Amino acid sequence: MSKVIVVTSGKGGVGKTTSAAAIGTALALRGKKTVIIDFDVGLRNLDLIMGCERRVVFDFINVINDGIRLNQALIKDKRVENLSILPTSQTRDKDALSQEGVEKVIDELRKEFDYIICDSPAGIEKGAYMALYHADEAIVVTNPEVSSVRDSDRILGILSSKSKRAEHGDAPVKTHLLLTRYDLDRVQRGEMLKLDDVLEILAIPVLGVIPQCGSVLQASNLGMPVVLDDKSKAGQAYKDAAARLLGEDIELRFVNPEKRGLVDWLFRRSA
Amino acid sequence: MRFFDWFRLSRRRDDSADKARERLTVLVALDRQGGGGPDFLPLLQKELLEVIRKYVEIDQDKVNVDFQSGTGFSTLEVNVELPNRLLEARAS
Repeated sequence: MSKVIVVTSGKGGVGKTTSAAAIGTALALRGKKTVIIDFDVGLRNLDLIMGCERRVVFDFINVINDGIRLNQALIKDKRVENLSILPTSQTRDKDALSQEGVEKVIDELRKEFDYIICDSPAGIEKGAYMALYHADEAIVVTNPEVSSVRDSDRILGILSSKSKRAEHGDAPVKTHLLLTRYDLDRVQRGEMLKLDDVLEILAIPVLGVIPQCGSVLQASNLGMPVVLDDKSKAGQAYKDAAARLLGEDIELRFVNPEKRGLVDWLFRRSA
Repeated sequence: MRFFDWFRLSRRRDDSADKARERLTVLVALDRQGGGGPDFLPLLQKELLEVIRKYVEIDQDKVNVDFQSGTGFSTLEVNVELPNRLLEARAS
């Protein structure tokens, strides 16, 4: 049975595309046939994060409106087996997404893939609705910061009222919190909301906590999903999150201070 | 450098995260109340309060308007909490 998972947040710039790319890649590494769809029409970036921007010929919008076959638009990842990307259009706008068109594409993808990851645009406009409408599960990407948490709560409300599952009276969309840009030092200094605070306010189960990590920017510079960087803490945290998505029970990492030796402590060495 | 952090220990711990949590808790509760229902709910709540206040003096937070949308129909639940002394006054 294939699953449609929307990666959403309300607020922009919290790491939706990075997270969609990382978790999609991690699922494919685990042998699941996975496709990541870019729903941010007009602000196409998933292909750039995935490093396949020069291979885009046709896109999601061409498939919906211009009679292009899905297989012509899907880009197979060159590094990871089982992984495909469906890029969007850079020149058109959100109105190019029709309800029926999106539904048709999703239905077709469901036949071929285990996981369909929908990378939502920011905001609560049409593009975001389209991205979440077909979702079976939702990954709500949140930064430990007031506006992001508030917007996440708003998106959770929309998921429970405007999704296809809500409209059809089916079981509700299963929601997961993905807390990104988590800076443990700042949390400990009382400068940043801690995981428990966010969990208490949003009241949804946590899928993962991604530590603030320079490797994320580095990976995006290179067009490489961060999970392919074995040394990256963020990459490891994303892999854990993907494993939890597959139902594995794994303890959260990077949420408690590491035990350090005296020398490390004196010179504040960290990986 | 952690070595120099030693000197910062004397500095007050920043508690802005606590402030953030408090503000968010209130705000999200308000957002949830307002969300889901029609736009006129806050105004309805305010006017109901004014009408009731013509007869009974009650606090602002004693009128609660809750909107539930279901399939086929929606319900509007209005809860008004009256002070005890009103009932006592009537009984005597």
